[in-house]
Amino acid sequence: MNEDTCYTLPLGPQHPALVEPEYLKVHLDGETIVDVEINLGFMHRGIEKALQQRTYQQDRFLIEKICGICSSIHTLTYCNAIEKLLDVEIPERAKYIRMIIAEFERIHSHMLWVGIAAYEIGFDTVFQMSWRDRELVMELLEDLSGNRVSYSMNTIGGVRRDISRTMAEKIRTTMDKIDSKLHHYIDVFVNDSTITKRTKGTGILTKKDAIRYSAIGPLARASGVSCDLRKKAPYLLYDQVDFKEITHSTSDVESRAIVRLKELLESTKIIRQCLHLMPKGELSIKVPDIVPEGEAISRGEAPRGEIFYYARSDGTDKPYRIKIRTPTLANIHPLQPMLKGQQLADLPIIVASIDPCFSCTDRVTLLDTRTGISKTVDEAYLKKL
Amino acid sequence: MLRSQIYKLKTKAINKARIKSPWMMHFDATSCNGCGIEILACLTPKYDIERFGIVEKGNPRHSDILLVTGAVSHKMKDKLKLIYDQMPEPKVVIVVGACGISKGIYQGCYNVIGPIDKVIPVDIYVPACPPRPQAIIDGVIKGLTLWEDKLDKYEKDKEEEKY
Repeated sequence: MNEDTCYTLPLGPQHPALVEPEYLKVHLDGETIVDVEINLGFMHRGIEKALQQRTYQQDRFLIEKICGICSSIHTLTYCNAIEKLLDVEIPERAKYIRMIIAEFERIHSHMLWVGIAAYEIGFDTVFQMSWRDRELVMELLEDLSGNRVSYSMNTIGGVRRDISRTMAEKIRTTMDKIDSKLHHYIDVFVNDSTITKRTKGTGILTKKDAIRYSAIGPLARASGVSCDLRKKAPYLLYDQVDFKEITHSTSDVESRAIVRLKELLESTKIIRQCLHLMPKGELSIKVPDIVPEGEAISRGEAPRGEIFYYARSDGTDKPYRIKIRTPTLANIHPLQPMLKGQQLADLPIIVASIDPCFSCTDRVTLLDTRTGISKTVDEAYLKKL
Repeated sequence: MLRSQIYKLKTKAINKARIKSPWMMHFDATSCNGCGIEILACLTPKYDIERFGIVEKGNPRHSDILLVTGAVSHKMKDKLKLIYDQMPEPKVVIVVGACGISKGIYQGCYNVIGPIDKVIPVDIYVPACPPRPQAIIDGVIKGLTLWEDKLDKYEKDKEEEKY
């Protein structure tokens, strides 16, 4: 390593290539990345503490605002945990509606990712196209729930709104449209040389590293690790529907794009089956405000990977403790092996390829990623940063 | 004399062009991303904010309009101030979303220091959680007319300073 060509480049918290605030300290030798230090915590709001000061029903709305992109899976997993505490079984129709909304969310989140990834490699046409097609799902979500981003569909004991027969018909035709668009995007990401030149062989995370750094979600599946919770530990009625778990073994950015896009084809399949299997019946059951003493955990497969909720009740109407673990927290550490030895120009697309969601991640105390020591964060310390 | 007239004409022409094509920057100051994706949706074909000549830029030094989302956290406060200071005069700040206006749902969270107008001066507020893209576009258009006035005023002040 030459002393003269070595330098450190700070990236963020505001940077054209980063959509969300994070701070990366990149050590470079010429144009090659030698080491990366990741500094998070800009999005820390203190939600877990605030959850303890509100009732279970009020928490539902705050949990929805942990992340605007995957708002439904957060409330879904939370409601599952509280329902376990209450020891109630929700109606079957509600379960299917929850699954449909969760898969809609996966479609809109992955379509969003396709756009961002194309934007990061400077291919704005695909960005505009995928966001145009994403609007198909956003319209459906708005028709179903009344809102484009925070749907508030899940409630403790069921769901809040029904899917009518005309709506189901509309969903079916839209799913057909989305399927044809997805085939087009898969073709673009596999064959278009403008894209493959940037994505093939970039940001490689080997299967060994993926397991060692405990990567999850599409990132791990793109490295050949099978880890889809919908198959491994089915929740709701995922064991009743037929779908494949998508894995790919080339471990680069292209592989991540293919995994995400093929996953969506499975999602549309799940939605069609749910609409077919959905029985008539109640949408929700009445649940008491006071939750009996106890603790429960619940897991779910968010668009970005496994999401984990731990809830503990002390027999009042407010939770004693709720702990949330989100997928980006696990996926941020594999960034270091992925970035080392890569070109600086590839940094945005590699960071984007894990589909980071920092508003999910930054509820936790700050972690020093190099030493692994967690620090207590006080106001003076935050100001110093 | 001639030189000053040429200068005046030049700035007039530049200002006219600036009004037709303002550059916009989005800064996420501790929000949930909900407003962020709606702002991005504004740029895409269905809503297409570019028809007003607006281009989304990532650099504060090139931007005229600042869209801020979220209820600022302690760590973010100084960065937000820094970004505001880096923008050239005249500038318009638009707050998108309920949490930037009144903390919204994050009321009572310990790491949230509250409304954005506590940190930087704000011109336009777009309420709702999150606002629809149509509402964001409306806010930006209102911001544009305000920015036009500010530009005129800024030029006048500059001239007065000279003499």
